Amino acid sequence: MMLPYNTLVVLSGVGLLGASAGLVGAFAVLRKRSLTGDALAHAALPGLCIAFLLLGERNLTAMLLGALASGVLGNMVIAALVRWTRVKEDAAIGTVLGGFFGLGVVLVTGIQHMSSTGSKAGLDSYILGKTAGMTAGDVYLILAASVACLAVVLLLFKEFKLIAFDGDFARSLGWPVYGLDLLLMTLVAVAVVIGLPAVGVVLMAALLIMPAAAARFWTERLGRMLALSGAFGLAIGVIGTSISATFAVMPAGPIIVLTGTAFFLVSMLAGTKRGVVAQSLRHRKFRRDLAERRLLRAALEVSKLSGNATFTRDDLRQRFVTTSAELERALDDAIRHGAIEPCSSGTYRLSSEGKLRAVEIARGHRLWEALLVEYPELASSVADLGSVSITPHVPSEVVEDLTARLRAAGEWPELAP
Amino acid sequence: MSGSLATSSTGAPAQGAAPATSQSDAWSAWWLLGGYAAIVAVFAAAWIWRAIPERDYPLVLGTMATAIVTNASCAIVGCYLVLRRMSLLGDAISHSVLPGIAIAFFLTGQISGLAIIAGAMALGVLTSVLSHSLHWFGKVSEDSSLGVVYTTLFALGVILLQSFASGTHLDADCALYGQIDFVGLDRVPVFGLELPRALLTQGVVLLVTVLIVGLLWKELKIVSFDPALAAAMGFRVLAIHYVLMAMVAGISVAAFESVGSVLVVAMLVIPPAAAHMMSDRLRHMLGWAVVFGATSAVIGYMAAFETNTTAAGMMAVVAAVQLGGAVLLSPQHGLVSRWLRNWKLSLRIASEDVIGQLYRVEEARAERRVDAEAEAFVRPQLRSLLERFAWWRVKRRGLTELNSEGQIGLTTAGREEARGLIRAHRLWESYLQTHFALPHDHLHEPAERMEHFIDPQLRDELDAELADRTVDPHGKKIPRDPQTDQQQA
Repeated sequence: MMLPYNTLVVLSGVGLLGASAGLVGAFAVLRKRSLTGDALAHAALPGLCIAFLLLGERNLTAMLLGALASGVLGNMVIAALVRWTRVKEDAAIGTVLGGFFGLGVVLVTGIQHMSSTGSKAGLDSYILGKTAGMTAGDVYLILAASVACLAVVLLLFKEFKLIAFDGDFARSLGWPVYGLDLLLMTLVAVAVVIGLPAVGVVLMAALLIMPAAAARFWTERLGRMLALSGAFGLAIGVIGTSISATFAVMPAGPIIVLTGTAFFLVSMLAGTKRGVVAQSLRHRKFRRDLAERRLLRAALEVSKLSGNATFTRDDLRQRFVTTSAELERALDDAIRHGAIEPCSSGTYRLSSEGKLRAVEIARGHRLWEALLVEYPELASSVADLGSVSITPHVPSEVVEDLTARLRAAGEWPELAP
Repeated sequence: MSGSLATSSTGAPAQGAAPATSQSDAWSAWWLLGGYAAIVAVFAAAWIWRAIPERDYPLVLGTMATAIVTNASCAIVGCYLVLRRMSLLGDAISHSVLPGIAIAFFLTGQISGLAIIAGAMALGVLTSVLSHSLHWFGKVSEDSSLGVVYTTLFALGVILLQSFASGTHLDADCALYGQIDFVGLDRVPVFGLELPRALLTQGVVLLVTVLIVGLLWKELKIVSFDPALAAAMGFRVLAIHYVLMAMVAGISVAAFESVGSVLVVAMLVIPPAAAHMMSDRLRHMLGWAVVFGATSAVIGYMAAFETNTTAAGMMAVVAAVQLGGAVLLSPQHGLVSRWLRNWKLSLRIASEDVIGQLYRVEEARAERRVDAEAEAFVRPQLRSLLERFAWWRVKRRGLTELNSEGQIGLTTAGREEARGLIRAHRLWESYLQTHFALPHDHLHEPAERMEHFIDPQLRDELDAELADRTVDPHGKKIPRDPQTDQQQA
């Protein structure tokens, strides 16, 4: 199918826009500055108007440069207020957003009254955005800006990575965190400014936040997150524009935002790393594993205490206090894994393989207990509190010492009956 | 209001500062605030008298009054948002109420009234609930979840308006910019006065706002300053939070028709932020916020009239300029006064260093030895601007003079003051040595810093603590307190 030329132009323009917004938005989101993008979008309005007033005509490049300048100025005002006064970051963002936008509105009305033709210089469309008027020239501009953003991000990947995750550490290393922050926010301002004509001031924030927030659910690695966020931005732009082109009544901006919301919600549910479903599945699996381990340990103790290899459900319930449903499920799991085998009616016993596992689990448990008692200061170094054994996490001398102590106290689980 | 303030400040003498001082501070804060409001009011009255023909008085006064009342409600509720560091929730809510307005309009066919306000309040609370649950269940950071929620709701609102309400005069433009310039035209007679209809609505909103803030004064205060303590004391923090969110939503939507959504944000955040610069007490902050909101309305209206632009935008600009003024000029927290205070302190320290070193020089000469460091200090080369000023100042205060050999020396008064300083220095060195076991060469530095902050009372306490030691760790004599000497003489 051949797309009409105009549609192709708009699609590629908005797609590129989404990709670059997704790319730089990822850093803004990680740095917890998502709403600064919103403020920058509003702060760009007066620059746009001033450029128009100075030139007296609608020149996209000049107006976008003006918008960029006032966006960067707004960001510097935020930084200065936070650094030198008692105004907190949220109030500083709100101030710049409201104050600059107010100035922009004043200038827009001023231009409206001034121009004899009554044309608003297309300034009105910057509020809600109009994708339809996009020309090939605009697309080249967007392309240039996107390439520039990508280049800066690739060049300063390491620096941005550090300030995104641990700004204080970066400062303690002597890095110019304020400068890097300003550069990052300038990139955000670039993405915002080129997006203004298409999606408008109010909804530009969504294009910055949503691809990044959606990508965060799928990966724990920055590089992948950036790529994914850019791809999501591209997809959101293209799909949103196509939908709004199909239903001609609908303005493109809001439709693009709602497409972004759909991406976000799907990612939030289905994301493989931090998605709600994946997380709850992982959580459930962990609980089931834990229950099975506790059950095997209980079975080992029961058979050791009674001197009898077989045991009943009630014996287990004495040592393994839980709901009956969980007991049943853990027992089923253990039988399925071949650790416990049913004997005669209602009695069970540990298989030889199950006995090995149970002893290993019981040893791990004892070592954990002993570690927490004898070396509480080491406990925090064992990052994964869910791990069966402490052996990979603490020095081997410590493990040997604890084992020796447990042996001496007669508390070391042995395989032989 | 001021009467109750006096009671509250005298009622809490345990707060560190003497009650009398804090009361007079409180009074001066109210005077400053009232004075600023009065100056703006007089200026505005003069402007109206000069620039407006008499037949337009009802129009202009009505518009100004509406703007003042609107801004006052925004400022009051905004104070709590700013204190709780939730200003951006105000921004978000003022955008996300749009679908509520659209749905209420769709159901009732009216663009003002109770249904719209109720719809907006519901959406306001919904915004807060949704963004909180995204944060909670999806582990999304708070700012991102807020951004996702309010842009989505705003987009929905725009689409709803375009689908159902196109052709009416309720459109996105109107919601964004507001129509403050026209509210004066739609007037209704009340008690023989022609008042703008919007003024009545805004008046009711302000009344309700003041009522709620008055009733929940203590709850809102403790939740704003220490939510954890509030929860521990059994206050329903979440319920109060949602009341606040509903108020923000109600006020935003009521203000839409006059100032528009984006400028609601400006009025919710900027006057309270400026008020926070000006004051340390909640009452003062609320007072200042209302004054800043009202003066933004008045000055903004005049500026817009003069430049033939929109009043709502001008009000936001004026508010931001006022914040700039507060940032620079606030008596306690302003950059200028902070800089002045720092400079005064530096000057005092530099002056004290001058007489201290002169004292050391004199002392060394009397003992027929040379204190090289002190001699180097009093040599006139290489002095910074601050030090030059300090030398000039001690001379003007009559602490130093030229002696018969043409050298600078201390006067009797200067020697007296220097003696107190040196006493503080050497007592502190001795104290550090006795109590902290610092090596000898680590005693001078901290004492050099502390000497300026040890007052005579503390000196005597240190002296008593050290059991009347007479020499410091370096073997130099600790000077006696000048007053004690006089008493003994």
